[in-house]
Amino acid sequence: MMVLLLIIAFDELKTDYKNPIDQCNTLNPTVEKVKKIKRVKIALKLVLPEYLIHFFFCVMFFCAAEWLTLCLNLPLLAYHVWRYMSRPVMSCPGLYDPTTIMNADILAFCQKEGWCKLAFYLLSFFYYLYGMIYVLVSS
Amino acid sequence: MSSPGFTNLNSSVSYSQNSTPNGGAAPPFQNGPAQTYQSMYPPTGCYGAPPQQQSYPTIPAHSTPAPHKAPITNSAHSANYYQSNHQQQQHHHQLPQHHVAPSQYSAPSSSVPPSQPHPTLHSSVPPPSNAQYNQQQHPPYATPGSYYGQQSYHSQQQQQQQQPNLVPAPAGGPGAPLYPIVSYPSAPGSSQYGTLSSSQSTSAPGVPPTQMGAPLHQYSTSRPAPTTAVQPGYSVAPTSQLGPTVNGQGSTVHQHYDQSHQASLSYDSYGRVTHSSGGADADRPPSGTPSTSVHSSPGHHQGVQYGYVANSGASSASATTSGPAAAPLSSSSEDDDDDEEEDEEAGGDTSSSSTGSASPVPNSYDSLEGGNYPDSMPPSNDMTNQAAPYGSYGYPSMEPAYQQGPASHTDSSPSHDLYSQSSYQQYSQPFPNLSQLSAALGGLSGVPELEVEALRPVNLLQERNLLPPRPLEAPEPNLSPDLKKVNCSPHTFRCTLTSIPQTQALLNKARLPLGLLLHPFRDLQLPVITSNTIVRCRSCRTYINPFVTFLDQRRWKCNLCYRVNDVPDEFMYNPVTRSYGEPHKRPEVQNSTVEFIASSDYMLRPPQPAAYLFVLDVSHNAVEAGYLKYFCELLLDNLDKLPGDTRTRVGFLTFDNTIHFYNLQEGLSQPQMLVVSDIDDVFIPSHDSLMVNLKESKELVKDLLTSLPAMFSQSRETHSALGPALQAAFKLMSPTGGRVTVFQTQLPTLGAGALQSREDPNQRSSTKGVQHLGPATDFYKKLALDCSGQQIGVDLFLLSSQYADLASLSCISKYSAGSIFYYPSFHYIHNPAQLEKFQRDLERYFTRKIGFEAVMRIRCTKGLSIHTFHGNFFVRSTDLLSLANVNPDSAFAVQMSIEDSLADSSLACFQAALLYTSSKGKRRIRVHTLCLPVVNQLSDVYAGADVQAVTCLLANMAIDRSISSSLSDARDALVNAVVDLVSAYKSNVSNLQQSGLVVPAAMRLFPVYILSLLKQKALRTGTSTRLDERVFAMCEFKTQPLQQLMRMVHPDLYRLDNMSDQGALHLNDTVVPQPHLLHLSAERLSRDGAFLMDCGYVFYLWIGKCCSEVFIRDVLGCPNYASIPPNMSHIPELETPLSERVRAFLDWLQDNRAFSSMIHIVKDDASAKATFFQHLVEDRSESASSYYEFLQHIQQQMSK
Repeated sequence: MMVLLLIIAFDELKTDYKNPIDQCNTLNPTVEKVKKIKRVKIALKLVLPEYLIHFFFCVMFFCAAEWLTLCLNLPLLAYHVWRYMSRPVMSCPGLYDPTTIMNADILAFCQKEGWCKLAFYLLSFFYYLYGMIYVLVSS
Repeated sequence: MSSPGFTNLNSSVSYSQNSTPNGGAAPPFQNGPAQTYQSMYPPTGCYGAPPQQQSYPTIPAHSTPAPHKAPITNSAHSANYYQSNHQQQQHHHQLPQHHVAPSQYSAPSSSVPPSQPHPTLHSSVPPPSNAQYNQQQHPPYATPGSYYGQQSYHSQQQQQQQQPNLVPAPAGGPGAPLYPIVSYPSAPGSSQYGTLSSSQSTSAPGVPPTQMGAPLHQYSTSRPAPTTAVQPGYSVAPTSQLGPTVNGQGSTVHQHYDQSHQASLSYDSYGRVTHSSGGADADRPPSGTPSTSVHSSPGHHQGVQYGYVANSGASSASATTSGPAAAPLSSSSEDDDDDEEEDEEAGGDTSSSSTGSASPVPNSYDSLEGGNYPDSMPPSNDMTNQAAPYGSYGYPSMEPAYQQGPASHTDSSPSHDLYSQSSYQQYSQPFPNLSQLSAALGGLSGVPELEVEALRPVNLLQERNLLPPRPLEAPEPNLSPDLKKVNCSPHTFRCTLTSIPQTQALLNKARLPLGLLLHPFRDLQLPVITSNTIVRCRSCRTYINPFVTFLDQRRWKCNLCYRVNDVPDEFMYNPVTRSYGEPHKRPEVQNSTVEFIASSDYMLRPPQPAAYLFVLDVSHNAVEAGYLKYFCELLLDNLDKLPGDTRTRVGFLTFDNTIHFYNLQEGLSQPQMLVVSDIDDVFIPSHDSLMVNLKESKELVKDLLTSLPAMFSQSRETHSALGPALQAAFKLMSPTGGRVTVFQTQLPTLGAGALQSREDPNQRSSTKGVQHLGPATDFYKKLALDCSGQQIGVDLFLLSSQYADLASLSCISKYSAGSIFYYPSFHYIHNPAQLEKFQRDLERYFTRKIGFEAVMRIRCTKGLSIHTFHGNFFVRSTDLLSLANVNPDSAFAVQMSIEDSLADSSLACFQAALLYTSSKGKRRIRVHTLCLPVVNQLSDVYAGADVQAVTCLLANMAIDRSISSSLSDARDALVNAVVDLVSAYKSNVSNLQQSGLVVPAAMRLFPVYILSLLKQKALRTGTSTRLDERVFAMCEFKTQPLQQLMRMVHPDLYRLDNMSDQGALHLNDTVVPQPHLLHLSAERLSRDGAFLMDCGYVFYLWIGKCCSEVFIRDVLGCPNYASIPPNMSHIPELETPLSERVRAFLDWLQDNRAFSSMIHIVKDDASAKATFFQHLVEDRSESASSYYEFLQHIQQQMSK
């Protein structure tokens, strides 16, 4: 449980870090062009670790027989799998296509997705925290 | 117009005139009107103050003031009158100085130095401040000034409780010099006065002519500005009228605004300026528009009218003004950023950041407004803004005006203003007129005839003859003639809705897409401007254009972000007329399409030389097709016509399963071929001798071109290593950038980027959906992005008879801003038609203009934002396209969305700026500006819809949809577009409860066009279509200019055998007959006729079986129908009148298209028929419905 918590914190941090990125993409979209491309690249690098960590969590939950928590996370896992399967054609790992990311619809979608995930991770973080403390106290 | 006269007067001159009259018995009147007014007013004017009321009846302007002021003002007036005279005299005394240096008076003195002290003072201690101010600054004035100021102050306090703050502000606004103004308006509030004067100034110039004709009307129209100023006072007293109240509120708000400005910003001087500018803008619109006048004139008594007018003016103006107000704030904060950005980008259009930043400001502004006075606010702001600035300008004039009567004041004052007269009048008049006009038209006033016609409901099920006799022209935006005259050509810049809806909600209601269709680099004769400073808006980086407003000689207001900018000194000189002091006559301001020679600020690096690399497929397949010989021949012929200068560099690279480089270094006796067989890790064998200077190595290049075809004639190598060859080309070109031309004849099978065949021939006619429209690999896309980063554009010529996966290959051109050519089943013997097309295209391709290392930025009026781009480019930012190469034959489409309501502006502007390096190594900027009216009525939106542009934009959207989703989705979306339009029109606009499909006349061709789209190769289903051809058609949709695209989608059909000279054009001694357009239906054909179908790239001349032998003999040179050869593809030059007319008509059709079209003679028999009849889109085909069935289908969908 402790380990889980730690990793969760990481995950949380990471998402927190990631969100500003796509957020920036729309918040100040007009500011710069070159930086934007860099950001997209950063986003590419961030997506996969996020998915992997989340997957790792699910595995850990599975091992720890935390069925309820696992159930909570399964939809997101499924979403991740679906999202990655339907990503644009590209040879390197990643989700975002620099040629289409500037399309207003796609940008808005990515941003919304980022926010939703942030909320989810935040909530689960507190839930895990609660779970950990509960375990500590009760033991 | 009056303007010329005004302009003629020098500021000093005008001034002196004023002053003299003032000094004389009847100073006030004379002053203001200068020319016109004097004539009008003299009688009333001299003793204006008391008699004001009397004067009212006769002259509206006079009357206006009286109502405003009510008794208090009058008394004040009278009292003041003499004082004012005094002032005037004093003024005059001072005046001389002013005369000498007009600048002090007008903008500079008032705006900058005085303004700052004033605002602060006022805010702190309103009444005293005035006095102090006056005394300090202008001793002579001091007493009167204080007097006035106090009066005004009191009045304001009494009347306008809301505006405690305001009082100071207005005082401040007028500026110290203005004080007279302030004081005078007692009721209205100082600020108002300021506005008045200013507005009047604007209006005055415009007014004079009108006034002469019909005093009342004229007055109202011309006066709007003055009235507005007055209004504030009104608002307080006569609450009954909406207008006045609004104004009052507005004024109050304004003041708030001003205060905030002053307080928060150190900007004061600027703020003032901006305000004033805002005011000016506001003024202009009202003054110009007849509509406003109409409003005012009707029922109200004069006072009322005035208020009304003012309001209308204010509202119209408000949009503009609010903008400016916001702008200054933003600009101040952002300036630094902008500069930095510029430096970074060095020449690119940097504005993105600035525009972005600008928007936040407006928001805050809005919030301010909203909090206090929700509705009225925006206009009010304008008003106040105007007032303050104006005051400063008008100042000298003001005094005289005061003495006489409020109305007269306003009038006179404007005229007095040197600035207003000279710079203002001319400018302001046309523009304000326009804006007002449009606003008025859009909303309130009568609907012009054109609109009525465009809105005429058309029942598609009943009316069968929908086509106009001549090809459809772009609808004209509903603008004033002056604006129309300078507006951008529809061939270059076109909007789907020539009347921009005010809000996104209205746009959604209309169910039409909003977007732009751009053809920015098309071949044009342009005014080229060389100047050290390219005048641009400081905050949004907009280039100065005909739709900006000049507040005075020294300042202009941006029409996109409403920021007020300074006019640099250099801009004052007009190179065309070699005169000084006419910034509005500069070519930048006279043309909506201009080209600048850019300075080194616009370069990231020294301009690159023209560089061309030809990458040629020499595999067995290519040798079979036989293109190489023709390519070499054509290039040899056109070697000297390649655009470029002495620095032009060329290089060649051939590939099959290996890559061959050619060393063309000067001094070699013959070209050296270097073979690189390691295609997995491509390297460049020699760095400096592969791309050579064309001039120095011309002989070697010629040698190579003559020997190339023979060199590979025995090639048995069937593999193609396109990917590695492209990588090599990238490495070769990356130091310079330039154009890579790739000739490919088969599927690449080796190395990186190798592709598999994905097409299943059995599925070609499947209706289920088409697979593999997207790329199979991202290799080409990534390479294209790398190329784009190095300013390399890749053009692709695909000459494949087999499937070559164009969907993947096209990415190399799509994202590097290249162009794509496709010649299915190309063979030099078996397919002469394709060969000829190839030759023609290639010739055009070699010789057409080219721009290197280009970027294009599209800016639009605040509130509009860009949603999606269509075309070949890489999007670097939300409004910036990176174009490694730009060619004159490619077009772009842009989807727009409305983010903020445009209610506060009557005009929406779009500006596309293309920065590129010409083939001569000159950095140039081509700027196009389009101006459109904003409307708030759904019917106006429909009346302004451009059906062709809508169709093209929808086609682009459908292509995107079919790639990202599926083809059937895209087709459904197109059908739904028609259904939505018809039902939206039915439920919202048309009040006729008739059955059937009713659409506005402007959109009557929409269903036909959509049906044609559905039958195009790109989007059709059920008909056997090769995947590559489909993909190519999609690429065409994305890049073809509108005219060309529309001819491809919906060809023009003419009957040629019975052409008459009726309505014929006479050009250069040749008579060009103008036959009528025919519907694309077989029922329009007849066996005894000859019909010409213009499909854009190709003409079909269909000869009926019973076509008259005269026609066949005279035009085709054949004795009878049977003797016409089956593959005839040219019209012989016969000396018969019929032949001459036909050829004249064909030449005329060819005239303005880039690629010359082929002509095919189609006989009425089975073989060639299919190619011809597939274009008859209104008929039923094996897999698609006829037009009538389509309409029925729409109707069914609607009733669901």
